[in-house]
Amino acid sequence: MRNRHLYDLENESIYILREVLGQFKNPALMFSGGKDSIVMAHLAKKAFAPAAIPFPFLHVDTGHNFPETLEFRDKLVAELGVELIVAYVQDSIDQNKVQEERGKYASRNALQTVTLLDAIESNGFDACLGGARRDEEKSRAKERIFSVRDDFGQWNYKKQRPEPFQILNGKIAAGENVRVFPISNWTEEDIWAYIEQENIDLPPVYFAHERKLVKRDGAYLAHSEYLNLVDSDEILNDTVRFRTVGDMTCTAALPSKADTVAAVRAENRASKSSERGARIDDKRSEAALEERKKQGYF
Amino acid sequence: MDLLRVSTAGSVDDGKSTLIGRLLFDSGALSIEQEELMRRKSEEKGLKDLDFSVITDGLVAEREQGITIDVAHIYYASQDRKFIISDSPGHEEYTRNMVTGASTADSSIILIDARKGLQPQSFRHFYISSLLQLKHVIFCVNKMDLVDYSEDRFLEIAVDIKKMVNKLELNAEIHILPISSLKGDNVLHVSSNMDWYQGNTLNEILHKIPSQSEQKEEILFDVQLQLQNRVLGRLVGGKLKLGSELVAYPSGEKVTISEIYRGEEQLDTAEQGDSLSLGFNESVANLGRGTVLSSEKQWLRKDFIEASLVWMDDTPFSNDSYLIKSGSQEAKFEVNKLYGRINPLSFELESAHSALKINDIAMIQFSVDQPLVLPSYTENKALGAFILINPKTNNTAAVGFIK
Repeated sequence: MRNRHLYDLENESIYILREVLGQFKNPALMFSGGKDSIVMAHLAKKAFAPAAIPFPFLHVDTGHNFPETLEFRDKLVAELGVELIVAYVQDSIDQNKVQEERGKYASRNALQTVTLLDAIESNGFDACLGGARRDEEKSRAKERIFSVRDDFGQWNYKKQRPEPFQILNGKIAAGENVRVFPISNWTEEDIWAYIEQENIDLPPVYFAHERKLVKRDGAYLAHSEYLNLVDSDEILNDTVRFRTVGDMTCTAALPSKADTVAAVRAENRASKSSERGARIDDKRSEAALEERKKQGYF
Repeated sequence: MDLLRVSTAGSVDDGKSTLIGRLLFDSGALSIEQEELMRRKSEEKGLKDLDFSVITDGLVAEREQGITIDVAHIYYASQDRKFIISDSPGHEEYTRNMVTGASTADSSIILIDARKGLQPQSFRHFYISSLLQLKHVIFCVNKMDLVDYSEDRFLEIAVDIKKMVNKLELNAEIHILPISSLKGDNVLHVSSNMDWYQGNTLNEILHKIPSQSEQKEEILFDVQLQLQNRVLGRLVGGKLKLGSELVAYPSGEKVTISEIYRGEEQLDTAEQGDSLSLGFNESVANLGRGTVLSSEKQWLRKDFIEASLVWMDDTPFSNDSYLIKSGSQEAKFEVNKLYGRINPLSFELESAHSALKINDIAMIQFSVDQPLVLPSYTENKALGAFILINPKTNNTAAVGFIK
């Protein structure tokens, strides 16, 4: 029997994706190589089939990606026949627009906002599709489907347009752009259930694999050249998977034997931890994500 | 598993965020991180009970001011059902957010503080629930712990609620129950403090309400895009079959459906709510965005259209031209008659002497500069509802309901 709930969510997301092409001249899909953007890409394929996805993918590359994610990205882009535009955080650093963070918790996560805003401006994108979900985090829960950003890419919750009946108003002035979140109403469990139903491929980091790790503050980080190690860090090997995949410096792994989608779903359901509990970038403060959103983070 | 969309409303400080936190907490839907944060914050504030509002008040300004400013969407699931709750702000100035939150809901929860009884916002929220034609309205008389769980006090408020409900001709089922979100009475667990109440807990009611949206007979297909010889859009009413003969409005062209795709899957029939891609027997040139495919001719209208309007913009109504948007249809909009404003307490129509301003509910007659397919809101919720856009600011200025 088909899953009624996923069927409805799919209808809604395809409606939103088509509104983007209907209302904007130059949209792009922000693709990170994570499971949410992979599901969004799958929905975009369905929305315009049999035609190819009619807009490019934009990847903001922090330079600290999991190599598996980049490999997966290139394969998917080739399969879908879409154009890939990569914006490099390293370029923003070289141009002295941002400064590399220092110390134990140094991450490029916050820096990518500047790179993203530059890419939007230089490519003239008027709408950028993102795979954010409202159930991820409580400031995300306040986000609209069409989220209007000003000249500086900033989010102002006071100026959010009401979206009764999901009638989406994408009218903007020159210089403004809109972030669009077609999977706003999906939960983490919905995403995994859909991946299982549709047989969607994911990068291998989402499933149990053996890896060299750094244990720090009780969390397991992938060992990589991008991590600034300190004396208290413990280095070990273990079988882990990643529940959420961002930068190698700011996503924590969890010990797991789950090597199939079904096993991952079962493990997530039994867990009392939240998905973003594995995001070290959110742990900086209770308002960390809201602060980044205000500055133009997606 | 099915999905129920619920919106919460109530006057400020009636405890909406606390109620949602309680529902999630008792259902075991909070994560370890959320529970830890809640315990820490409650301790910091020196509270005896848990401060559940920490969970839903997602903005710094909300936590600082201790109020909900914007709609939050909360997702949780029980064994049998998934829920999306839109937690809307109680302050009068944020009423527009309540309309937004409730517009996609199947039912609404209106909270009432047992100490205060019905407040102006209770009337307003009930009126909006009826305007949206929600099928179930649940009145939770909250904070019963602060009135010693008094049955007399509850019955007194229940009588007031019934009086209010009887003022409107309504096609909704009304539920009234006594709760304490702070203490957890009758939310998920049956209260041991109120033996005199024999009815359902809130959780039981939320599981009994049917979630199916109303299926309409008449075919309405809202075209979002034309790509080559196909049109992409959403079936917002009726069932579509291969061979269905429809009229494309506003052009009046007749078309016959030869292909139905949903994603990459080819279908013989499609149902209301489906996002589809359609092919036709005829060669189609002018079926672009804003076209509506339909079997019902009388819905094409241009003048003398009656509607209710909820003003949502900080900028009051002016005689500038607004843009109307219903589905993918857009046109210039002009008010011909302002019949008056709805008094939010008596629900009566009063003549309007000043311009419509934020949160006003008005009855109007309008016309558009080109004919649009506009069924009444009762006939079709998707195209019977519309928004107005202020072309100077691009803001969404109002939401309307076709009579």
